[in-house]
Amino acid sequence: MTTPDLSTPDLSTPDLTTPDLSTLDLTGLATRPAQSWGAVRLVPLVREQPITDLRLHRRLYPSDGGPSVVRLDDRSTYTSYIPHGFVADWTRDGTAAAAYGTQLDVAEHPRSVPLQPRGQHRMARREDRTRLRFLPLHLALEGYLALHFNGPVIAWREWSQRAIRQGLSPRAEEAYFGGEVSGLADALRIFEIHPGQCGVLLYVADALAAAFVVPHPEDYRALHPSLLHDLYGELVHHYTALMLPLPAFRASIPGPGIRTLAQLRAAAEQQEREWAEFHDTTMAAGLLADEHTVSTVYRMGRFTLNRFLPGFQLKRENHLGETITDEHGRLAYLKTFRLSENQTRRGHLLSRLAAHDWHLARTAEALGVTEAVLGLRLESAGFGRLLRQDVLDGFRKQVRAGSGPTASRPV
Amino acid sequence: MESHADLIAADDVLLFVNAAITATGQREFHAGAGAQRLSLGFLHEYLRVNYRELYAATLALGCNDHNAALIIQALLVHADEAAPAERRTEGALIARRLLTLPPQRVYRLFGQLRRAKVNNRRTRAIIRDWLAARPEPAFDAVKYRSGLKAALRHTHLAPTEAELGDFLFAPKRRAHYDAPLLDAWRRAHYEQPALYELPFTVAEGFAAKHGIARGAFLERIAPRLTRLEQLRLQESARAHGAQAPAADLARMPLTRLASYTLALPTAERRERRAELTAALRAAAVRAAGPLRGRWGTVAAVLDDSFSSYGSGTKRRRPLAVALAAHHLLAELAQRYTAHWTSGRTDALLAHPLGPTPLGHRVLDALETSPDLVVIVSDGWDNAPPGLAAEVLRVHRTRLDPGHRTSVVHLNPVYDAEDFDVRRLAPGVPTAGLRDAEDLPALVELAQFAQGRTGLAELRAHLDARVAAFLSQETR
Repeated sequence: MTTPDLSTPDLSTPDLTTPDLSTLDLTGLATRPAQSWGAVRLVPLVREQPITDLRLHRRLYPSDGGPSVVRLDDRSTYTSYIPHGFVADWTRDGTAAAAYGTQLDVAEHPRSVPLQPRGQHRMARREDRTRLRFLPLHLALEGYLALHFNGPVIAWREWSQRAIRQGLSPRAEEAYFGGEVSGLADALRIFEIHPGQCGVLLYVADALAAAFVVPHPEDYRALHPSLLHDLYGELVHHYTALMLPLPAFRASIPGPGIRTLAQLRAAAEQQEREWAEFHDTTMAAGLLADEHTVSTVYRMGRFTLNRFLPGFQLKRENHLGETITDEHGRLAYLKTFRLSENQTRRGHLLSRLAAHDWHLARTAEALGVTEAVLGLRLESAGFGRLLRQDVLDGFRKQVRAGSGPTASRPV
Repeated sequence: MESHADLIAADDVLLFVNAAITATGQREFHAGAGAQRLSLGFLHEYLRVNYRELYAATLALGCNDHNAALIIQALLVHADEAAPAERRTEGALIARRLLTLPPQRVYRLFGQLRRAKVNNRRTRAIIRDWLAARPEPAFDAVKYRSGLKAALRHTHLAPTEAELGDFLFAPKRRAHYDAPLLDAWRRAHYEQPALYELPFTVAEGFAAKHGIARGAFLERIAPRLTRLEQLRLQESARAHGAQAPAADLARMPLTRLASYTLALPTAERRERRAELTAALRAAAVRAAGPLRGRWGTVAAVLDDSFSSYGSGTKRRRPLAVALAAHHLLAELAQRYTAHWTSGRTDALLAHPLGPTPLGHRVLDALETSPDLVVIVSDGWDNAPPGLAAEVLRVHRTRLDPGHRTSVVHLNPVYDAEDFDVRRLAPGVPTAGLRDAEDLPALVELAQFAQGRTGLAELRAHLDARVAAFLSQETR
């Protein structure tokens, strides 16, 4: 279990300077048949043409079980269990890069860099001219935690002093450690990696839980076990614990009309194509079709490290994550985290509030509820301390007095 | 007219035979050792309680040593359940099977009988007869000292020679033994050269006690190594710089040799290609025997996907069986083609890697229009799942309704969850396979089992096998 939280106030603007709406582009990655074990289904993604001028490598941070602290700026920190960081190596001239630690000439760079003292981590840190170390998923999660972190932009009278002074700090969210997700370790262990495989989509009870894409098949082979050390949303944990084993999507060839082996072979190949199409348009639609708010974190040669946030639409899949894309916007690296319903609700409320300059009445109107209901909804989402106590009490009284059916109407 | 119960009985027995051939109670790729043992334990008890006679008869059917020991133990522990008429056959079967078991397994079995407090007259007689048939009591006393001691103590048998009794129970009573092996054991306690007269496993302990360097020890003990010890210690001896004579690979059993080959690094396999291929071929020729070149056109689909790695305790076992089957089928067939699931063609460099696109490989195999397709795989068809079953079904119903091509699936892995080896398709006979050497018999048995076997037919088959087994010469 991981509890990232931001414990000191941050009054600078969050790193969403150039928000940009876009969808994920899986061009060059082909879907192969899924392998399932228990409630977990893993869908391999195979790259016909591996990317050679960007390579990823994992660096383990042996921890004593306690959380690590990442310094975001002078006044804010991000605290979480962080098992590893990724090191990206790229070349500027398009020649093949080698994953960090595998070069012959490592004299000037020590093979393993000792763990920095607490508080010295950075989310993304340039280590060399063509080398960047970043903390996978935490980069994206931090973007979510820092969402409208400053709190109200206008000091309307409903907001508490604390909300005005400290914003949302400290902000905490919970996630599950992959090792705790029952059946995930076995599913990853017995998974048969395809030749040329560069990514995987992880489904739990056929709900997309995480996506992971790397530039090169050898990077994937090395990083496949790292999926076990990652963070997973609440939903993943519940679904693996409660779900019965999934049936496989078994191939079925209709017999009539097949007279030769060639026709049989064509029918077999048709099966694979149908599966890939079904998967891309139906199973992964929640990730691939929806638009995300993308912000750039770092530029490295022709590649860009971005993080993205979902649209926070209720009752929909909401994935946040980070990508490395090339100059054409094609994916070289992708890692996503699925938000739970509660996390989506929190993101939704915050983004709605921000869209209306944190004015309660206007936000409530836009959501189609009364101000009191919105106030209580904020409280149940864990933002009760942002409202003044007397205002909150007033809202409670109004709702109890029976402000009618609006009180229970969902957004 | 066969009753429903009879059909179920026949199914149960065939299922148990598959399990008894493949399961070893060790960890497999998909299931842990605990699950394997639990599943196997249930199956043994189910068979013993419901079909005791057939259960005993499976001892004659080539079940593996692990299961043979389990069956014998269960039969002896629950001796009172046997009808008087069954006892005679059971006793004969047990005695006969014990002779083919490796002695260390037999001594372990005796130890387990002792722990289970089984000491009936029949058990004592069986132990007595087995011990009396051992060719060299002094050798057993040295190599299996604790095992023999426990067996004698449990059954209250007197050792055949007085010297042996002292050796086992009061070794310090004598200053000298007449039997050279016993005396070597006495001297090895303080005299280094004496330990080289002892069997390897015993000498190993003394070598550690005397602090002899491993390389020097392996070099001098080489003449005392058994055939399999020689194979097992080849690479270790080389690594320690011992100048031991290389094992004669051509004399090794086929599947063991395949395991040995697959344990070598790829570069070395490439370097010793001629030697290894020749050895594998010689072993295959020996295993094929009179059937060599009698099988017409054969296409094999061999599984070298990642799951053929097996587990840490059964390293590369499924792949080794596939490699051995590849060489054996090449000898049995007139025309032979191999289709590895990975698409590679060099069998010697086989390596467990990648998914299992069995369906596509079966199509490749069928394209060579063979008389027989042999599939050696653990049955986890996953790229895409179930395609092999569909291909085989459509081929049988649409393209080959006349059964010109027969298909057999041989599975080296016991599936703990299903109490059977994993099947590919309902219409394709599946048999468990432990050693590739048994392949010809299993292919024939599987084809025979393709039609639904009735109990009467199965009983007749079993009776014939039991009679043949009991009348066989030992070894």
